[in-house]
Amino acid sequence: MRHGQTPSQTVGPYFAYGLTPEQYGYDMASTAVPVMADEDVPGERIRVEGRVFDGNGDVIPDAMIELWQADSQGRYASPADPRASNVAFRGFGRCGTGTDPKNRFWFDTVKPGAPAEGEAPHINVIVFMRGLLTHAYTRLYFSDEAAANAADPVLSSVPAERRDTLIARREDGPRGTIYHFDIRMQGDGETVFFDV
Amino acid sequence: MTDAAQPFAPRDWGSHPPYLSPGYKSTVLRAPSKPLIPLRHTLSEMSGPVYGHDAIHPLDNDLTKNAVKNGEPQGERIVVTGRVLDEDGRPQPNTLIEVWQANAAGRYVHKVDQHDAPLDPNFFGGGRCVTDDEGRYRFYTVKPGAYPWGNHHNAWRPNHIHFSLFGPSIATRLVTQMYFPGDPLLPLDPIYNGAPEGARERMVADFSIEVTEPLFALGYVFDFVLRGRNATPMEN
Repeated sequence: MRHGQTPSQTVGPYFAYGLTPEQYGYDMASTAVPVMADEDVPGERIRVEGRVFDGNGDVIPDAMIELWQADSQGRYASPADPRASNVAFRGFGRCGTGTDPKNRFWFDTVKPGAPAEGEAPHINVIVFMRGLLTHAYTRLYFSDEAAANAADPVLSSVPAERRDTLIARREDGPRGTIYHFDIRMQGDGETVFFDV
Repeated sequence: MTDAAQPFAPRDWGSHPPYLSPGYKSTVLRAPSKPLIPLRHTLSEMSGPVYGHDAIHPLDNDLTKNAVKNGEPQGERIVVTGRVLDEDGRPQPNTLIEVWQANAAGRYVHKVDQHDAPLDPNFFGGGRCVTDDEGRYRFYTVKPGAYPWGNHHNAWRPNHIHFSLFGPSIATRLVTQMYFPGDPLLPLDPIYNGAPEGARERMVADFSIEVTEPLFALGYVFDFVLRGRNATPMEN
């Protein structure tokens, strides 16, 4: 007999002490934090940051973002990836938008390699918030990977006029390499979300 | 083909709430308005982070003890236990379950919760555990109180506990809420009722006298069902 899937529900407004306690200053260790890679992890060090906007264009201050990514050689630290990664990199990060003065999310990580031939490097992004009864999946691609992006089968499945919503814009400056990635839940420039 | 290389069954939208659920006002400006783009699972979706028992501290699954300052938390002590399964009934071992909830008076420790109910110095309301080899988990806590919210006139959330699960991949990721049997607020709650009829009832725990611990705690049983694997392997 097939069992029915347990329905999804919103994380609500009070997820912070349960899911991101260290970031929000609560007295419990976090399982996942915004600093995904320490200095020992090989790869190009990058920051990913952005904001989440609602249908009015207002910044959402109580969203939670999760990232799941491969290491710099494209390997996932997961039993599903037969190429066992030999670096200490879990590849999973979590950040709420409620602690930054501009309500940004931010992650310090390494730029992933392409997980498979023909795919462009990308980071899997999961979006949670009050008002989102079922979490939303999107992907982050890199603006300096134009050739790989053009060949990527998932990106190619997205209508051409919406692909830009998945491309993080690279900026090299005094703070290092930052990829800017805003998420728009509705309206002009609405981010592409996938039925994963 | 190994199990780990099989894609997952799709999210069953007959079981999950639609994004736009106008009775729950916050969905109106936050629900994606365009259709989701179908995505054939790749390794990116079939993999996910691994958190083992080393990620857990000894009291993490006992919310009645993990924040004690000077006494026992107030409220009705309960034990919540069950299994994490997939749609085919296969136990999901070694999967992280994170939990958070209001205290017995209906107050969250979260700094933005302004509900005029007392905080409990001996109750934090957050914890976690990892399922055992048979997919079983067990939490000790106190029954969370109902609390008012601003969705509509005289709106009250039913008693509920928030749960976050991973399963074997990011495709099986689940955040949900567990409710209590017989709660008169359930028919009035737009979050609970955001899930389709016939599916929402799966979020209501069963009271169990067998799980109830004599002279100590009432017992509730709650199984989580995550997505299973597709019957046929992915073709390239």
